[in-house]
Amino acid sequence: MSTGSRLALASLALVCTATVARAQSPDHGHATVLTFFQAEQFEYRYGKHARSFNWDLQGWIGTDDEKFWFKSEGELPTQGPLEEAEVQALYSWRISDFFDAQAGIRYDYRPGPQRGFAVLGIQGLAPQFFEVDAALFVSHKGEVSARLKGEYDLNITQSLILQPSAEINLAAQNVRGRGIGAGISDIELGLRLRYEITREFAPYIGVNWERKLFRSARFARDESEAAGSLSVVAGLRFWF
Amino acid sequence: MSNQDLSRRTALKLAAGAAGVAGIYAIYPGRRAFAAATEYNLAVESGRITVDGISSNAKMIGGSVPAPTLRWREGEEVVIYATNRMNEPTSIHWHGLLLAGVMDGAPGFNGYVAIQPGETYTYRFQLRQSGTYWYHSHSAMQEQMGMYGAIVIAPKEPETAAADRDYVVVLSDHTREDPRRVFANLKADAGYYNRGKRTLLDFFRDAKRDGLDATIKDRKEWGDMRMDPTDLADVTGYAFLVNGKGPADNWTGLFKPGERVRLRIINASAMSFFDVRIPGLPMTILSADGQNVQPVRVDEFRFGVGETYDVMVMPREDRAYTLFAEPIDRSGYARATLAPREGMQGEIPALRPRTILTMEDMGMAHGGMAGMDHSKMGSAPMAGMDHSKMGSAPMAGMDHSKMGSAPMAGMDHSKMGSAPMAGMDHSKMGQTMPSSATAATPDRAVGWGDAGTRPGEKALSYADLRSARKATDVRPPTHEIEVRLNGIMERYMWNINGKPFGQEDAIRVAYGDRVRIKYINTTMMAHPMHLHGMFVELENGQTERMPRKHVTVVPPGKEVSVVVTADEPGEWPFHCHLLYHMEAGMMTRFIVGPKQQAKTEAGK
Repeated sequence: MSTGSRLALASLALVCTATVARAQSPDHGHATVLTFFQAEQFEYRYGKHARSFNWDLQGWIGTDDEKFWFKSEGELPTQGPLEEAEVQALYSWRISDFFDAQAGIRYDYRPGPQRGFAVLGIQGLAPQFFEVDAALFVSHKGEVSARLKGEYDLNITQSLILQPSAEINLAAQNVRGRGIGAGISDIELGLRLRYEITREFAPYIGVNWERKLFRSARFARDESEAAGSLSVVAGLRFWF
Repeated sequence: MSNQDLSRRTALKLAAGAAGVAGIYAIYPGRRAFAAATEYNLAVESGRITVDGISSNAKMIGGSVPAPTLRWREGEEVVIYATNRMNEPTSIHWHGLLLAGVMDGAPGFNGYVAIQPGETYTYRFQLRQSGTYWYHSHSAMQEQMGMYGAIVIAPKEPETAAADRDYVVVLSDHTREDPRRVFANLKADAGYYNRGKRTLLDFFRDAKRDGLDATIKDRKEWGDMRMDPTDLADVTGYAFLVNGKGPADNWTGLFKPGERVRLRIINASAMSFFDVRIPGLPMTILSADGQNVQPVRVDEFRFGVGETYDVMVMPREDRAYTLFAEPIDRSGYARATLAPREGMQGEIPALRPRTILTMEDMGMAHGGMAGMDHSKMGSAPMAGMDHSKMGSAPMAGMDHSKMGSAPMAGMDHSKMGSAPMAGMDHSKMGQTMPSSATAATPDRAVGWGDAGTRPGEKALSYADLRSARKATDVRPPTHEIEVRLNGIMERYMWNINGKPFGQEDAIRVAYGDRVRIKYINTTMMAHPMHLHGMFVELENGQTERMPRKHVTVVPPGKEVSVVVTADEPGEWPFHCHLLYHMEAGMMTRFIVGPKQQAKTEAGK
């Protein structure tokens, strides 16, 4: 196990323990400790050049005001090794009616070389019911980057829901080894149509488009990789 | 006779506690040294109940859901041995009864401690009132699982309105889900149970009807606030029960044509407001929350959680009548039958349209709403400001025809000027306004207060309630206590004055003080506010005949005020009676200071 992994695990345990300990209170619900786990994306992506299994998970344990938050996303090509895998362990606290601030750590197992990051972000519901998640990352090498994610649920019927989503990654400098160029490094757009058999269990189909931009795109081409990819997706959104 | 009586007898036997009379040594100061007390044994246990053929888990008092009806007499002393046969702590609270704090049965208040598994708690109190009340668990969502029952206290003096038949009608909502799961679902996704959300199809329908611009504008206003105008009930999936019976089970009360039938209707739901009516049979309201009122003839009434209404009906025809109770989100119905013979049933009416909330339900007169940009409101199309309909809605003081009269709880229009309310031009009231959500039609209801009452029919309004008795304490209140009812639906957080229970700022009142409680509802849901220990007097335009209530419904976005004489010392729970709101923190302490006089003084 690398130093980075050990650090990540230790911090995760610490944040988790601290949150639960602070949340213990016998009275009524505001202090009730609840748990939540959600697979927002748990899907197979079928593209012209690549096929993969992708996940975007998050979960928390805590109260209205304080939570330990866990996030993970990644990509496992159907052929070849793990392409992307990251986990985040965050302490999350309520800063307004609709937003939480989050601070903690992120660890990227892939793409290599591995990185640990400090994370500071906000997550919540913006006006017009946009779910947003914005975070700033500083790696243990001092590299600075940021990520902005947004999604929207459009009810077509009570059970059929169309979800457009967008993600933008930004970097303050080149990280050549990881294929990241300064500026807007990549964007990702998705459109998923799910059917909620129950609220907790919803299969979906959709499309996903990723594109590396500017220097990141050049780095990709230098490695003779495609800068962009369009895929058809099928998956399961579930929570408990 | 009735099922209710049968179940009561059986249940009492089951509980191994046939009512008896024994000499009890009363240890309480201010009581007679010896009193004849009626004794009851009530066991609390887990079990299963069957509703319309479907079996599910329940928690019950006295072996049944609802719990056995306790029929008492004003002035008598009762002793109840409550035994906990479950594996979790429990409690029994006597809703609406005037009694010593430690007998009130709310754990954590007045020195009362929850009854531990295997233990028995002895309740002992003298009945200082008459009327219809109820009892229920005050612990950890047990009430939702069936721990509720009726209390009927016969007056010392004969009833003013004599009845040939007297039935208890306990309305409730029953879910097969574990209430803890329900709560967790609401926390994970506040819209979890809302199957009436606005959809893309609704958007096209509204755009066709109201125009694209108006529809976009309407959607944008709700989106700016991050609120959902279709959120009426929080929880669905309920079976709605009458005396523990589902609509198919069909609880039946018998009558002979021409008889006077008194129905003691109790809303023992966890979360459901009902619109209650008996098509073809007008009801005369005799009492509200156990306290007699001057009779009012109505066709229907809206019924908040925790409230009780006694009504008299006089069915003349030899046919079955349906007692029909629709929850306000119209997700089902409770029904019972009044019939000359067993086995009959009346016509079941169609559910009326489910309403949609309007900007007015957002309480535009109040500040403090997160995300509510009041500067924008002036240009809003003022959905649902059709005050012409309000007389029929059960809203305290919303009867504009009475505006000239005194205190007008909650409708102080003079204060509205503080916000730039250009759209609040009252001269336009009653006119149709160019809004997507203005015009109610028979198949479309608009605004929280719109039950879809048919033209010419009368729905009870709080303004109609006049106490049968003149008030004994007519002092004006010395000060006003503001009670802001707040919530963040998206997170399913609810609180009073910004602090959830556990971090609450207690409300303190000196013994004997007369104070006004001004409720300001900043949320989009109605909150049935329950004060333990004392009745409040509802400021509904009456002066000497303000109705006495133990639950006050505060409609969304409205202000309602009540006056209370703080003559019951103690530390009383004060909370929203929607169970999951209370669970989420919508509760505080109402502390009445100790009596100044010598404590040995008999009575009060």
